[in-house]
Amino acid sequence: MTALTLGAAINAGLSKALETDEKVQLMGEDIGKLGGVFRVTDGLQQRFGAQRVVDTPLAEAGIVGTAVGLALRGYRPVVEIQFDGFVYPAFDQIVCQVAKLHYRSNGRIRMPLVIRIPWAGGVGAAEHHSESPEAYFVHTAGLRVVAPSNPQDAYVMLQQAVASDDPVIFFEPKRLYHSKGEVDPDADLADAPPMHLARVAREGTEVTIVTYGAQVRTALDAALAAEDDGVSLEVIDLRSLSPIDMNTIAASVRKTGRVVVTHEAAREAGVGAELVASITEQCFEYLEASPQRVTGHDIPYPPSKLERHHVPDLDRILFAVDRVLERGEGVLR
Amino acid sequence: MTYTQTQDSLTGGVPDEGNHDALRVLEPDGTRVSDATLDPWIADLSPHELRALHRDMVLTRRLDAEGVALQRQGQLALWAPCRGQEAVQVGTAHALAPGDFVFPSYREHGVLLGRGAQPADYVLAWRGEEHSAYDHTTINAAPPQIIIGAQSLHATGWAMGAQRDGSTDVAVAYYGDGATSQGDVNEALVFASSFRAPVVFVCSNNQWAISEPVTVQAKYPIAGRAPGFGIPSLRIDGNDALACVAAMRWALDRARRGEGPSFIEAVTYRMGPHTTSDDPTRYRAADEVEAWAGRDPIARLEAYLRAEGVLDDSGLDEVARAADALAAEVRAACIGATTRAPETMFDHVYAEPHAGLARQKAEYAEYLAGFEK
Repeated sequence: MTALTLGAAINAGLSKALETDEKVQLMGEDIGKLGGVFRVTDGLQQRFGAQRVVDTPLAEAGIVGTAVGLALRGYRPVVEIQFDGFVYPAFDQIVCQVAKLHYRSNGRIRMPLVIRIPWAGGVGAAEHHSESPEAYFVHTAGLRVVAPSNPQDAYVMLQQAVASDDPVIFFEPKRLYHSKGEVDPDADLADAPPMHLARVAREGTEVTIVTYGAQVRTALDAALAAEDDGVSLEVIDLRSLSPIDMNTIAASVRKTGRVVVTHEAAREAGVGAELVASITEQCFEYLEASPQRVTGHDIPYPPSKLERHHVPDLDRILFAVDRVLERGEGVLR
Repeated sequence: MTYTQTQDSLTGGVPDEGNHDALRVLEPDGTRVSDATLDPWIADLSPHELRALHRDMVLTRRLDAEGVALQRQGQLALWAPCRGQEAVQVGTAHALAPGDFVFPSYREHGVLLGRGAQPADYVLAWRGEEHSAYDHTTINAAPPQIIIGAQSLHATGWAMGAQRDGSTDVAVAYYGDGATSQGDVNEALVFASSFRAPVVFVCSNNQWAISEPVTVQAKYPIAGRAPGFGIPSLRIDGNDALACVAAMRWALDRARRGEGPSFIEAVTYRMGPHTTSDDPTRYRAADEVEAWAGRDPIARLEAYLRAEGVLDDSGLDEVARAADALAAEVRAACIGATTRAPETMFDHVYAEPHAGLARQKAEYAEYLAGFEK
């Protein structure tokens, strides 16, 4: 085991993928010489050459669209979209081409493509640099959408995403890029939990918190605070947003009877809406209280000086916990 | 050769008056004229090859007529006619090697013919049975692209892969004049140029993007844009099959020699509607269509081949019979198509199992089974 930041863990995962399969090719803006604006691809071009770690023109549709052609030629492209808010110019290529070619060709064309996206806010960035577009991709059949919350998962899930014959949108929580955790660099992919399974990040008995990405850390902090208050929270780290591992969630909700879903993305028709709907469909008779959502507001991402009011924090999660426990200030009567 | 011509006629807000400035070796009446750029590329065309070219153009036209008829008879939901564009489709496809890979639009029936598509391959998608009936690996063609211009990037990426493989395979992107307004097409030119990708862009300038004349898309000849990306281009008469073969051979040769991408603007005309749902009489004048009918690509090649003694009445009869036979096979494939079982619509969304979709498929199968009790 070795302590790595989440960014370094992804770098190690990419490096391993490049070593393992010579058909793996990295493409993106500034990923070569510069090593990426977050240095996630640092040193990879130097090590694997400019043909395998390709600095592309500044054109998101171009990056994703040419990756489609490379996949058709038998390559396994891993592309980087420099920031979450820059993925929209590539939207057509992702949702109409990448997502649908396997289906359109009756399974004859494989799209083993990974689209890495430094994702979401909390780093004081400029406009268009803190967005949470995951619902668009979760809503699109044909895409897998995953989001690691810690270095070990980032390392393993990146390799699993590259190995997958399906296209994977790989959201990297950029506010965790510099946070460290233990990583087993020799972890055997065959032994690792598949990326579509959720993880119980903390066991508890009274309320289930379902979340993903950087919010896992916030939820764990909330669980610690709740413990001081005598309340036991179970925290589920989704890891995969498509598919969603409903078995793990349902097992938890049936145990606790109460659920709070939290994410940084806007509320309306978001992943939280899907979670609450599915939980209600599958666990209605176990629920002791209405499921609650704690999310970003239905606004464009605000200026960074206000982002702490947008990104759900520990207090907003605890407020919702109070609501599902039908006690104190969280209960609106 | 770098494109340098300008075309003042494009500035008046009227559709391209013709293709008078485009390179050609056959006049509309079939007279062979010489063109220094094109001639060397077709000097070796044998009578056999010339007849094959003509045959595939006739087959394409017959196939197209059958597609329209099948739509009118309610057998197809839609058809995108290609009448008038047989020379550019068949001519360019004839120049390809088996290992080359084409990325067609939805109108490229003649290109698919050239790649060896089977009768069902032409109609099942338009009938609504399959999104793409043909196997891309057997005819080296990507599924027909509906999103305008998106395939130009796929072709470029495929070409980048071919380049990395050290192969001499070339990718070809086919699209219309309307697509040149799309961002994807422009990004493809940037990528192709930057990476010197072995890709050929074939723009069939058929004058109309549904009801929008080419003048809405382009105030300057489309072939004139490519040099700005560092890509040499040719503006050719797209109704001259020999010019199409020549230009494509020029472009393929450049690609195979590692000289990177090329751009061909084939100036032609879509004689029919955009699709069978379209009514072109609402937006274009009859005399314009009439004028283009006088430049018909098949009549032109036929006149030349007859004059050369390469084709006679019996040869033409034979081609007509082959065309009828193909049409009959296409019709049989269309009418004989069986619709898949409904639960198969859940298949192939993913290559690997997906829990959410598996659940939906099971739920729907259970629902359907309820009707059988």
